[in-house]
Amino acid sequence: MSQNDTIISVKNVAKFYDQVPVLERVNISVERGTFCTIVGASGCGKSTFLRMLLSQELPTRGEILLDGEKLPDEPTADRGIVFQKYSVFPHLTVKGNLLLSQEFEQAPMSGKLYGNAKTIALEKIDETLEKIGLSAARDKFPSQLSGGMQQRLAIAQALLKEPKILLLDEPFGALDPGIRLDMHELLLSLWEDLNMTIFMVTHDLNEAFKLGTRMLVFDKIRHDPHAPNAFGATITYDLNIASCSQSNAQDAEMYFAKSPNSTEET
Amino acid sequence: MRIINQKPSRSLALFLGLLPFVALVVTYAIASHYRRLDNPADKLLPSIEQMMGTFYRYAFVPDRRSGDLLLLTDTIDSLLRLGAGIAIATLLALIVGIAIGFIPVVRSALAPFLASFSLIPPITVLPILFIIFGLGEVSKIALIVFGTAPIMMRSTAQAVMDIPREMIIKAETLGASVWQMLLRLVVPQTMPKLISAIRLALVPGWIFLISAEAIASTSGLGYRIFLVRRYLAMDVILPYVVWITLLAFLIDRLLLALSIKIFPWRHLEGESL
Repeated sequence: MSQNDTIISVKNVAKFYDQVPVLERVNISVERGTFCTIVGASGCGKSTFLRMLLSQELPTRGEILLDGEKLPDEPTADRGIVFQKYSVFPHLTVKGNLLLSQEFEQAPMSGKLYGNAKTIALEKIDETLEKIGLSAARDKFPSQLSGGMQQRLAIAQALLKEPKILLLDEPFGALDPGIRLDMHELLLSLWEDLNMTIFMVTHDLNEAFKLGTRMLVFDKIRHDPHAPNAFGATITYDLNIASCSQSNAQDAEMYFAKSPNSTEET
Repeated sequence: MRIINQKPSRSLALFLGLLPFVALVVTYAIASHYRRLDNPADKLLPSIEQMMGTFYRYAFVPDRRSGDLLLLTDTIDSLLRLGAGIAIATLLALIVGIAIGFIPVVRSALAPFLASFSLIPPITVLPILFIIFGLGEVSKIALIVFGTAPIMMRSTAQAVMDIPREMIIKAETLGASVWQMLLRLVVPQTMPKLISAIRLALVPGWIFLISAEAIASTSGLGYRIFLVRRYLAMDVILPYVVWITLLAFLIDRLLLALSIKIFPWRHLEGESL
């Protein structure tokens, strides 16, 4: 793939909280269409990294470029997000949640569509509702849905805005294993259909291997026993999963297990 | 079975709920009966029939001097004052409270001031209000606003700050402007809590209404009971107290019903998922 297919490049990014480094020397570039999974132990900055991609937090040093331009200092519509919790609006029905991005775009003053404009907007979300299997639940409120349905709604809501990259912060962390498998299928089919670039933080190593085409492992490589907070974490492994076959994933896991500090607690 | 696991049936629950009310009335009737045995003209604990008679007169027989139905005019005057005061306080809570909760610059500017301001005992401001606004309607309404708006503004600001950050960020990534976030996210999520704040503010609201009417007024429920106090007219005061309580109760229930009707999503939470 050519150089100009890079969508995200992270240049020497570091993040400090009160002078304590959390992340240091993070350098990567990610090509368009990559499904990038991010794993690492708790407190190793993987969520911090995702929040910096979102501009929810700003890097202390270094810069992040999206399509060659520096990220704005606040969350914007070019990056979609699905959180583990609070990812949909509880005061809107399924339909209302999905209509929201169109309403923001078309009604700057009222933020709400009426009449004919609403009918057209509703037609646009019909296909989405069908695809995520929520057609029958279109008039329900999120609290009347299961956790899996809520996350499906959250993903669909984010994708309707057609962001350049989709960020997922442990989106399936609170779901049952069976439901997770369904969610994996849905996510993979959406990713293939839309040719999206996805960054996904997960605790689950198997999930990271299964879904990702590229896996980033965050860990601390330098340790000073007298000053445990002296060094931050960085990307210790950057695996291209797409190039290895499924059976190679097994090898990768072995390789991964040899890392100096175990990156997975579970 | 342990008592914490014994759930009363519907009819038993109704019976148990009514019991304290019945007990109060019966106790009163007995005490009144024995006092009037000693002195048939006793004013302190008039009989229930006498109170009902007086209440009927206030409610349905035009006053000889003014020709008004006193209970009706008193109730209307008081509710108009309370309504105006609470309405202004609600508007302030919506505008100032949401601005403080949502916009950090406004919060830095106003939150410390509001926190100090809300500690002023409102009744101490009443003489100032009388001096500035005179003894008319404005000072009474101003007292209610003064007594209820600061706590309502603070609880509204807190309600806005309690909206999970994730939702605000999600709205930003869906392309919302600040104005659109206010309209579609912040106000709808805050309104149910604002209604709760109104229900709570009505308690001090009534206190300040009755106080202001007691001190300087020529009409209203508070004016009436403090007027007839001079004649020890317990047969007027007690029914008026019950009437005021009933009004307060009905307004509270009305607001709750309104909240359930307009914000069904808020009342779904916790029940079924």
